[in-house]
Amino acid sequence: MAGRVIVITSGKGGVGKTTTTANLGAGLAALGRRVCLVDADIGLRNLDVVMGLENRIVYDLVEVVEGHARLRNALIKDKRLEGLFLLPAAQTREKDAVSPEQMRTLCAQLAEEFDYVLVDSPAGIEHGFRNAIAGAHEAIIVTTPEVAAVRDADRIIGLLEANDLPNPRLVINRLRPQMVRRGDMMDIDDVIEILAIDLLGVVPDDEAIIVATNRGEPIVISGRTKSAQAYRNIVRRIEGEDVPFMQLEEDGWVDRLRNLVGIGRKKTRGA
Amino acid sequence: MLEFIGKLFRGEEDASKRVAKERLRLVLVQDRMSLSPQALNAMKEELIAVISKYLEIDEAGPEVSLERDGESVALVATIPVKRVTGLARAGR
Repeated sequence: MAGRVIVITSGKGGVGKTTTTANLGAGLAALGRRVCLVDADIGLRNLDVVMGLENRIVYDLVEVVEGHARLRNALIKDKRLEGLFLLPAAQTREKDAVSPEQMRTLCAQLAEEFDYVLVDSPAGIEHGFRNAIAGAHEAIIVTTPEVAAVRDADRIIGLLEANDLPNPRLVINRLRPQMVRRGDMMDIDDVIEILAIDLLGVVPDDEAIIVATNRGEPIVISGRTKSAQAYRNIVRRIEGEDVPFMQLEEDGWVDRLRNLVGIGRKKTRGA
Repeated sequence: MLEFIGKLFRGEEDASKRVAKERLRLVLVQDRMSLSPQALNAMKEELIAVISKYLEIDEAGPEVSLERDGESVALVATIPVKRVTGLARAGR
C-alpha cells in the first residue's frame, strides 16, 4: 500500500515549518514508521541542519529529478532512528530547477517505499510552494498566534483548496500561555475561529527547541519538555489516535485568586 | 505593585489580542474577497452572455466590481439595457 504524502506549509516564513517537519518525521519514525523527509526549499535548504544531517549529503533532490543521481543514493539515513530518511534540497540551484510534474513523480515513487513522505515547503506562494504541494495527499499548516502568520495561513488554506488539497490541519506553533493569560496573545480558540480548520496540535514556545536545533537533534526524540510532548501528541493524531489536548500551564496562585473572586479567565487549552 | 493590582483586575477590554483579532477579521474579509482581475473579467463576460439572452445590452457599458463596506462585501454590476430581446418577450 502506498504511503501518505503530507506537505507542511505556512505561507509566512519563520513560523517553524522546518522544525515541525523534522519533529513530526522523527516522531513518526520513533513509532516504527518508515519516514522520508523531503526538503522542497530549493536554494535555501535547512532541513538537513535542523536534523543534524548536513555533513552527510552526497546528492540532492534536483540531481535525482534530473537523473544525475539515483534516488536511493541521495537518501540520507538517520543514525538515531530506524526507518528515517532525508532527501535534501539543492543549495546552489534555483527554485524552478524542478517542476510540479517532477515533484509528483518523485513523491509517488517515495510513497511506494515509505509509510510517510513529509514535504517541507518553502515560504511564499510561488513556484517553490507549488512544487511542494504538487505530490501531496494531505497538508499541515503551521502558524503562530500572530496577525501576519494567521493572515498568510488563511491565504494558504484558500490556495490548497484550489489545488485539490481540502481540509488541511493546523499546528499552532510558539504559543506563549502566559501572554494568552494576560490577553496579549490570541488563544487557540481565536485562531481556530478565524481560520475555521481542524486543529492538529499546539506547540508551546520553548527555548529547549532552540537548544535542540543548535545540536541538530529533533526535540521529539528524547525531550522532556511540554513542547516535545506536544510533538509526540501531534504524531499520534496523525496516526489516527484521538489524543486529548494537554493543559499547557498549571494554575498559579494568581489564577486561584482570580477564580476565588470570580474574575477567572479561561484556562489555556493545550497541545 | 499598583500596576500588578491593575493588571489583576483589568478586564480584557484593553488586551492587545482583541485588537489583533479585530484587525485580522477585517483584513481577512478583504483578502478572501479579492478576485483576480482575470477572474473578475471572466465573471463579467459570463454575466453579459447570460443577460444577453434576455436583454439587448450595451456591450461597452457593463461595469462589474466588488465593493466593500466594513465587513460586508457586495457585487455591484451596472449593465445598461438597450431593449428587451425577442426571447424574453416571446416568453410568458
